[in-house]
Amino acid sequence: MIEIEGITKRYGETTVVRDVSLTIAPRTVTVIVGTSGSGKTTLLRMINRLVEPTSGTIKLDGEDNRSLPDYELRRRIGYAIQGHGLFPHRTVAQNIATVPTLLGWDGARIEAKVTELLTLFQLDPVAFGPRYPHELSGGQQQRVGVARALAAEPKVLLMDEPFGALDPIIRAKAQDDLLAIQKHFETTIVLVTHDMEEAFHLADRIAVMDKGEVVQYATPAEMLVKPATAFVESLIGAGERPFRLLAIETVADAVEPGAAEGEAIASAATQREALSTLLWTGRKALPVIGPDGALIGKVSLDGLVQRAAGPT
Amino acid sequence: MQFRVDKLGVIIAALAAYGALLAPFATFRANRIVAGEARSIGEALPSAWTVVVLLLVTATVVVAVLKTPSRLRLGTAFAAIAALALGIGAAAGHLTPPENAYARVSPASGFWILLFALGLLAADALTRLRPSPLVRVLFLSAVLGFIAAVLTSGTWDGLSLLKEYASRADTFWAEAGKHVTLALGSLAAATIVGIPLGILCHRVARLRDGLLGVLNAIQTIPSIALFGILIAPLGWIAVHVPGAAAIGIRGIGTAPAFVALFLYSLLPVVANTVVGLAGVPREANDAARGIGMTDFQRLVGIEFPLAFPVILTGIRIVLVQNIGLATIAALIGGGGFGVFVFQGVGQTAMDLVLLGAVPTVLLAFTAAIVLDALIETATPNRNRVQSA
Repeated sequence: MIEIEGITKRYGETTVVRDVSLTIAPRTVTVIVGTSGSGKTTLLRMINRLVEPTSGTIKLDGEDNRSLPDYELRRRIGYAIQGHGLFPHRTVAQNIATVPTLLGWDGARIEAKVTELLTLFQLDPVAFGPRYPHELSGGQQQRVGVARALAAEPKVLLMDEPFGALDPIIRAKAQDDLLAIQKHFETTIVLVTHDMEEAFHLADRIAVMDKGEVVQYATPAEMLVKPATAFVESLIGAGERPFRLLAIETVADAVEPGAAEGEAIASAATQREALSTLLWTGRKALPVIGPDGALIGKVSLDGLVQRAAGPT
Repeated sequence: MQFRVDKLGVIIAALAAYGALLAPFATFRANRIVAGEARSIGEALPSAWTVVVLLLVTATVVVAVLKTPSRLRLGTAFAAIAALALGIGAAAGHLTPPENAYARVSPASGFWILLFALGLLAADALTRLRPSPLVRVLFLSAVLGFIAAVLTSGTWDGLSLLKEYASRADTFWAEAGKHVTLALGSLAAATIVGIPLGILCHRVARLRDGLLGVLNAIQTIPSIALFGILIAPLGWIAVHVPGAAAIGIRGIGTAPAFVALFLYSLLPVVANTVVGLAGVPREANDAARGIGMTDFQRLVGIEFPLAFPVILTGIRIVLVQNIGLATIAALIGGGGFGVFVFQGVGQTAMDLVLLGAVPTVLLAFTAAIVLDALIETATPNRNRVQSA
């Protein structure tokens, strides 16, 4: 649980973050979106005190984040940034071992953790551990950057545009991997991005920032249906709204009784994917199969059209 | 078969031909002060040596002009240099009349031109071979070993340079010690003071401009002027600070030389530390802070290792600069190889000047090669961060 209460940050005359209060539930993904200069990165960096707020408090599990020396606080909070920030003179294994080493873990435990994380991020520990960051592809560097942030098993992971430097295909894969890892470690993730698509894909809740203020803090569905301001609406993109709505929910939520012809779609797929398949194949309905492969009903074009409609 | 011509080789060949055939090979003088008489290669060397040297030089010229493998070029160049080095020793014995202790034989322009041309060929071939740092240092050791072997064998004992050395053997090593102590000591002091100053400049932006400005200004003061400026304050310290005179601080002598060299050394060390630290990737620094390194851990673990090659480059500049500058210390009684240079100038004895100059050049050359090798070892390609 992260409680941000009345946080303000001023640099001289300029107010970068103005009186922001947010409560972030544990084991969720919260995405802070906004245009550049909206104060989203500053807000994120105040959580681990890379930036000290002018006023207000931030509590982690009820404890003020100023009750510890800043470096000790940061060792308990994962931190991953755009362009990975790996140390070029240290190997992949040494990079990942940074925080455990700072915390004084014993060698065997560090080695086991490095092996576990590399395996989890689909990097062969024997092949990749001894390599230097420049010998890795962009996607691999990014994975090592996140692995390093998670090495000391932090409850909270802060990410500042972590996928910004990746090409679209690798980015989508990295996002899915992040969600899987978040479930695995039950980490509370706070992620900053300017990419709305990314926000809707990852977030349990989205905080939209504009000129230093949080203008809306809501679940993706709420935000789509009831955007708080014209700015939020423009950020979502009026033309994208129905598709984003369908992209949030899975086919399982839209299953109707009955049967349909042709190739089936998995119930775990998003409704947007179902709509796309319907449009592309020119069918009116798709059969739906559950996780066990059994037929559980159909998803129809009409049903999806109704679900994609906004409030009237 | 078609032969292709190497452009640099043509220049080297022309130089070598001029040096071997037209310029005098050695100079003979009845005593160390009088003007010398030129001797051509044929006159200076016993006939067997003339044949050997000319054959090897001819072979090298042919190898240099044609496009040939670098190893062959290097090999023939070194063989010819060795022949030249041994040959000049033979010339001394050949030209000096028996039982004559006053006559002096020294290498003349032809010898130096040949040495330069062959050295150029060897250096060019060596560069093309791109040897690893270790191999370069081994090469240097081999060359220095060869020089040491020739010196101890007595082959060069008949040369005027060695005769000058023989009459000053004891002071030579004392001055050599002073020279090295001055150059290395002031470097060590500048490193100990300069690196923390550089770190401070990096952290405190306001200090940076001021301090670098002052150091830049010091760098522009001519060395002799700086020695002069230092005489007054150091003299004052010697008189007024108890114990200062006892440890050798005086207005003239080693102390002002040491202080001057130290001041000259500060700028390269401080500036390179600042540049090196500024070159540390911003993301690496941000990540280091963000994952909980203290400022000191970040400095020691991240910033310093990444800046180290640049700092080492500064130290290389200082070392080579100091070895040369330490020569001037002799002017104010600081000792070093400069003693021989200035004595030689005073007596118009060129050989004495060379006794000071040649070791200085060898020392600077050695320092440059060793530190370049160190820098290359410390600068792995991992510092080039691949962008995503």
